[in-house]
Amino acid sequence: MQFGVFTVGDVTTDPTTGRTPSEAERIKAMVTIALKAEEVGLDVFATGEHHNPPFVPSSPTTMLGYIAARTERLVLSTSTTLITTNDPVKIAEDFAMLQHLADGRVDLMMGRGNTGPVYPWFGQDIRQGIPLAVENYHLLHRLWREDVVDWEGKFRTPLQSFTSTPRPLDGVPPFVWHGSIRSPEIAEQAAYYGDGFFANHIFWPKEHYVRLINLYRRRYEHYGHGSADQAIVGLGGQVFMRRRSQDAVREFRPYFDNAPVYGHGPSLEEFTEQTPLTVGSPQEVIDRTLGFRDHFGDYQRQLFLMDHAGLPLKTVLEQLDLLGEEVVPVLRKEFDSLRPAHVPEAPTHAALRAAAAAADTEKAGEA
Amino acid sequence: MSNRTLAVVSAGLGQPSSTRLLADRLAAATGRSLLGQGIQAAVDVVELRGHAHDLTNNLVSGVPTGNLRAAIDSVVDADALIAVTPIFTASYSGLFKMFFDVLEPESLAGKPVLIAATGGTPRHSLALEHALRPLFAYLRSVVVPTAVYAASEDWGTGGGDGRALTERIDRAAGELAALLGGRDRQKPSDPYEDPTPFADLLGA
Repeated sequence: MQFGVFTVGDVTTDPTTGRTPSEAERIKAMVTIALKAEEVGLDVFATGEHHNPPFVPSSPTTMLGYIAARTERLVLSTSTTLITTNDPVKIAEDFAMLQHLADGRVDLMMGRGNTGPVYPWFGQDIRQGIPLAVENYHLLHRLWREDVVDWEGKFRTPLQSFTSTPRPLDGVPPFVWHGSIRSPEIAEQAAYYGDGFFANHIFWPKEHYVRLINLYRRRYEHYGHGSADQAIVGLGGQVFMRRRSQDAVREFRPYFDNAPVYGHGPSLEEFTEQTPLTVGSPQEVIDRTLGFRDHFGDYQRQLFLMDHAGLPLKTVLEQLDLLGEEVVPVLRKEFDSLRPAHVPEAPTHAALRAAAAAADTEKAGEA
Repeated sequence: MSNRTLAVVSAGLGQPSSTRLLADRLAAATGRSLLGQGIQAAVDVVELRGHAHDLTNNLVSGVPTGNLRAAIDSVVDADALIAVTPIFTASYSGLFKMFFDVLEPESLAGKPVLIAATGGTPRHSLALEHALRPLFAYLRSVVVPTAVYAASEDWGTGGGDGRALTERIDRAAGELAALLGGRDRQKPSDPYEDPTPFADLLGA
């Protein structure tokens, strides 16, 4: 099981001090968080992609390339990469390049993006969101698997005799997750390709995500990639911890109450009850997170949102210490002991390379 | 004897509320009319006042707190809907609109709907025609021709000239019952149970 953090990359005023970090500070803070994630033993760092203020990460592979150079083990990922408004050719090139620089420690998560104006800024139309995600990803999938591609679709100029360079490291494309908050079409898409499915999980009640993940698992089996319980599932989560539960609640409440996404709406208590947000002691976070398995089955990747709503970097780093030292080791042990042998781990570059080599040997044996 | 479910949405704020009173009268009249066709109606009333905070939460954060989800499901899953609002400032109340704003866009398509409203003066009665009917037209519901407006003075009028409140209630309820009785139970397709196959998405 993989554990990690995902960041939106928002520049938000700290409601307790009124201080707003500069873009430079926020970008460096994101890097510091990634380095800390590796230091405390987490497996994954994922950054969002946004093209409007108050968000800074418009260029994920630039940031991830820099982090790759300063880490050894950490898997670098996205949350999400916009498959609708980015040119799939550029995604193929950028992430293959990153894969080489990071020695394969790269995967990515496809998302559509739900900010209306971003689509026309990139020459697209939000009403075509699903068709764009379907067509663009189909092209991306081919660009990483076929050396020379002839292609024609609805949304970009045709390609004749095009080779996307560099070719994926060791001939193994980065593993892809498809992220979705609500769309059954995206669960269907992930299932069709045998890719991973990541349920954002943090905004809506779990009943909704149970339906989405069950759909993905059922269709994964339908398309012949394995049994439903072998499908590759990732979940988002959101926590704030202090040793004493009441200290966590007291400290986090002003950040919650003023958070850009859910502030001035439900109370912290209501939101905690209805979504996976957990504010309390490390033990409470452990108990709540283990409970996700009861709803969604054995899953492969758990990402936590830790740095948002104006929380200062120092606090975030303290949170990562608690997460890495007290929470994740217990979760890792518990989840691993509960998971049946036939349920796979999240695919890594090494595992995918070994699987490809095994498939080649088998083919050679048949020939 | 067959069965149908009838959802009633009341946006009345008072306790007791004349909007709820009108809603109950319409539900009872529809039930009687359905019984005449051999149909038993189960009525489920959603009082929006009790969901006001949850509706705000849903709009602000996307999370339907409390038991709002159950209320939404009861309306979306019902065979027909009776929607009643007080008229505020020349239109439906904000609370009434909030409920329909948080529904999925397609969720009331094809559903038989009876619209009704209450107000302090009869001069606002056309709000049913210029505000409520277009709202449900947008949602592609099937709205019965008679919309029922009850001003304060209607609660004290009788007479048999076709204008009395009871007669309008019975006429509208009869229209809804006729519409409901003439169709089979319609179960909307569930995209989570029955997704569009990927080959169709790819070929679209």
